Amino acid sequence: MKQAKDINEKSTWQELTIGAEIYEPATSVLVETGDWRVMKPVFKEENCKHCMLCVPYCPDSSIPVKDGKRLDFDFVHCKGCGICVKVCPFDAIDFVKDLKEEA
Amino acid sequence: MAIRDRMSGNEAVAVAMRQINPDVMGAFPITPSTEIPQYFSQYIADGKVDTEFVAVESEHSAMSVCIGAAAAGARAITATSSCGLAYMWELLYVAASARLPITMAVVNRALTGPININNDHSDSMGARDSGWIQIYAENNQEVYDNYIQAMPISETIRLPIMICQDGFITSHGVSNIELLEDEKVKEFVGEYTPDNYLLKQENPLAVGPYGISPYYMEIKRQQAQAMKDAMPIIMDVAKRYEKLTGRKYGFFEEYMMDDAEVALVVIGSSAGTGKEAVDRLRAEGKKVGLIKLRVFRPFPRVQLAEAMCKVKAVAIMDKAESFSNSGGPLFNEARSSLYDLPNKPYCINYIYGLGGRDITVEDYYEIYNDLFIINETDDPGDVYRYVGVRDSRFGEGGFDHKKYEE
Repeated sequence: MKQAKDINEKSTWQELTIGAEIYEPATSVLVETGDWRVMKPVFKEENCKHCMLCVPYCPDSSIPVKDGKRLDFDFVHCKGCGICVKVCPFDAIDFVKDLKEEA
Repeated sequence: MAIRDRMSGNEAVAVAMRQINPDVMGAFPITPSTEIPQYFSQYIADGKVDTEFVAVESEHSAMSVCIGAAAAGARAITATSSCGLAYMWELLYVAASARLPITMAVVNRALTGPININNDHSDSMGARDSGWIQIYAENNQEVYDNYIQAMPISETIRLPIMICQDGFITSHGVSNIELLEDEKVKEFVGEYTPDNYLLKQENPLAVGPYGISPYYMEIKRQQAQAMKDAMPIIMDVAKRYEKLTGRKYGFFEEYMMDDAEVALVVIGSSAGTGKEAVDRLRAEGKKVGLIKLRVFRPFPRVQLAEAMCKVKAVAIMDKAESFSNSGGPLFNEARSSLYDLPNKPYCINYIYGLGGRDITVEDYYEIYNDLFIINETDDPGDVYRYVGVRDSRFGEGGFDHKKYEE
């Protein structure tokens, strides 16, 4: 049975499952949804007071928190919406064009 | 031994359903297909089948029930007509793209505007691009035979299938029929054993996922391939059915085509009237033939083109308008199938029988006469025509293809 990890955007129509059926659970972990991003947030750790305002505002749970401190962004899920940039009171997040490196 | 009986086309379908005993029926009543779920409900009430009947509030839900049931691994059926089929529209595409082998009895009826409950093919012809196999019948016997062949075709290729018959003409017209014994039908149709289904707990399954642009087109290409691959399966099932019953089926039936000079291509019950016209004209020594198309999806373009090439002029009959300004759906596909052939016949279109307008033997005389005129003059005139419509340009003498150009 064809597994989701063996299917990608280069698979031919013959290589896809019939009717696009998916034969296993939790295949979303294989998908990088962050690749739609046009802009991206840049974490400036030196300005951050870890007030935690950005964390609940993020619609994609892309700001990980560990031991009371926020960490750098999770770019697998961040869509570059910029809400965190707007809500940050300390200018600890820059917002820049997300230039993808050519493969 | 076959069972001789007499019944309407609707009852014939319901009897076939009873003999198959499918798992789930989701249906909503609509004229002229109402009798099918009605008869079948009686069979359920009488304990003759153990099908789960889901009484829904609309055809949209009827098809949704079938999709859910088929995805779960059940054999699912429904029946509908006209605006009921139209109301299933978006789900038709869902069923086909998810490759769910649902069997739908379509009792063809005009789509409203003006309000009309009588027969034409505008409902199923409108759904011709939805990815369903479509098989049409001339009479009650064929409806029954087609229905029994439906599931072996549909479940093998994993495409949903419409078994179409003409509303009132065959659905309510009672005629003689040869039924098979229940066990023979059960054996022929077999059990439905899908490889994967939602209720199979060993492997979780997702059906009908979001197909973003990097995937959608590949899935559509797969569907197109399935429709192509359905062709030999339809023939295999027909051969198996012939062995069982002696009744031969193909993509189409050729009637008096071997030495014919002109012919017409027609779908459904009107072929019966057409054959009568052929017989009478043959008695006068006129070499006329007829092709009755049984399978419209997949469209048997190579085989049909070959058959049409036996004659010099063909009239293609459409019981549905497509308002394309270039003829009906059958005309466009049948005529285009001839394009690459060197010795193709003249090909003209007649729109006929809309909203239950009768087509008569005399109408067919007119058509064959037009074809002979085209043969003699080598001038097809306007190829997009109507027959059986009142037209101020034509008097008692009827249609004149020269006048048609004015």
